[in-house]
Amino acid sequence: MSALSDVLDWFADSSHWEGTGGVPNRLLEHLGLTAAALGIACAVAVPLALWLGHLGRGGPFAINLSNIGRAVPTFAILVLLAIGPLGFGPRATVTALVLFAIPPILTNGYVGMREVDRDIVEAARGVGLGPLQIVRTVELPLAVPLLMNGIRLAAVQVVATATIAALVAGGGLGNIILLGFGTQDQATVVAGAVLVAAFALAVELLFLGLGRRLDPVGRLRRRA
Amino acid sequence: MPPDLLAQSAGCLQRNDWICGDYVSSRAELILSSLGQHVTLTVVSVLIGLLLALPLGLFAFRFPTARAFVLGGSTVLYTIPSLAMFSLLLPFTGLSATTVVVGLVLYSLTILVRNVVAGLQAVPADVVESAVGTGYGPLSLLMRVMLPLALPTIFAGVRVATVSTVALVTVGAILGNGGLGNLIYSGLRTQFQAEVLTATVIVVALAVVADLLLVLVQRSLTPWQRAPR
Repeated sequence: MSALSDVLDWFADSSHWEGTGGVPNRLLEHLGLTAAALGIACAVAVPLALWLGHLGRGGPFAINLSNIGRAVPTFAILVLLAIGPLGFGPRATVTALVLFAIPPILTNGYVGMREVDRDIVEAARGVGLGPLQIVRTVELPLAVPLLMNGIRLAAVQVVATATIAALVAGGGLGNIILLGFGTQDQATVVAGAVLVAAFALAVELLFLGLGRRLDPVGRLRRRA
Repeated sequence: MPPDLLAQSAGCLQRNDWICGDYVSSRAELILSSLGQHVTLTVVSVLIGLLLALPLGLFAFRFPTARAFVLGGSTVLYTIPSLAMFSLLLPFTGLSATTVVVGLVLYSLTILVRNVVAGLQAVPADVVESAVGTGYGPLSLLMRVMLPLALPTIFAGVRVATVSTVALVTVGAILGNGGLGNLIYSGLRTQFQAEVLTATVIVVALAVVADLLLVLVQRSLTPWQRAPR
């Protein structure tokens, strides 16, 4: 198959590994965008999810936010922000990425907190733990699997949206795909797509592993 | 005439307003044909996805070894970003609507297979036993007992798949076949605010309308769920 060997040739060409448009730099850009957006989204959504979940308030909001997020096209929001007041550039991109990363974290974190057995929370209150202590030592550890699931979904979403962001503001591995489309060079398109897919799968695996490591209940169960 | 007065008299298209009635009335035909393509791409992709997901889900439900494989494979597919998915299909189906449909089918398939398996797994064992006891054969058990009971879960999957597909179609603009996404893409290049905002609002409205329609279809297909408790 010539298409396959063209792609292999693309990867073997050392000029594709140097400079601004080279693989290492595009990978770093993609990583930077992803980490920045995911970091901001976690800083906003995790405390909010824990707080709403602890109080048991805002359920319809926390749950429906994910449904709304699914119905809004990421591409459209990227374009709207870029041609709008934020202008073309990393500010519009990161804002769009954060907007799409918040819903899965908030929804899953909220559900995780609500699914903690009420009897356990009552017992913790009975032995004299304050609200903050209950969140920190009882509810949060039990909510970790779902919370981490939300963060994993958000991370995958951010990686995908950051790819499309190349259409709008530049930066990231999506640029390699776009360069291929622009020059009608199929090998470049496919090589870029392979890199993006590999990056997304690596992020997925990283967060699956992280979720497993951070789950205190699962860790105890495995040890037993 | 000073430039600001000129702009005032020239109307919202010249001012590049976000909301512009002149845009909608002057481009009505293009908007409608893009909407038509958007709806067609969505319906075709979800229908093919459902047609493939039903047998695949049954197979995965019936054989636990295959289940891990099918569900694992669908997770991998779902992780691949849409732009990369369309690009990976390019050598096979080229710059065409087919490429967009194949990519969207793969996404809806991954959602639907999960829900088919989950729906079948949630059928209570005693219901299956009583059906077998009253003489249902394997096929009638599946068609008249198990699938109807799994229908609400399968339908939940159809709703999620449809809403996500409506949003994902827009990325097909990179292949020139993105329905309303084509308008967003051309609006991006010309910084045409009314075009981008109008197309975006229609896409979101389309997702909401499709979801509501599916709720109505589901109600008519599962009348027992409406029975007074």
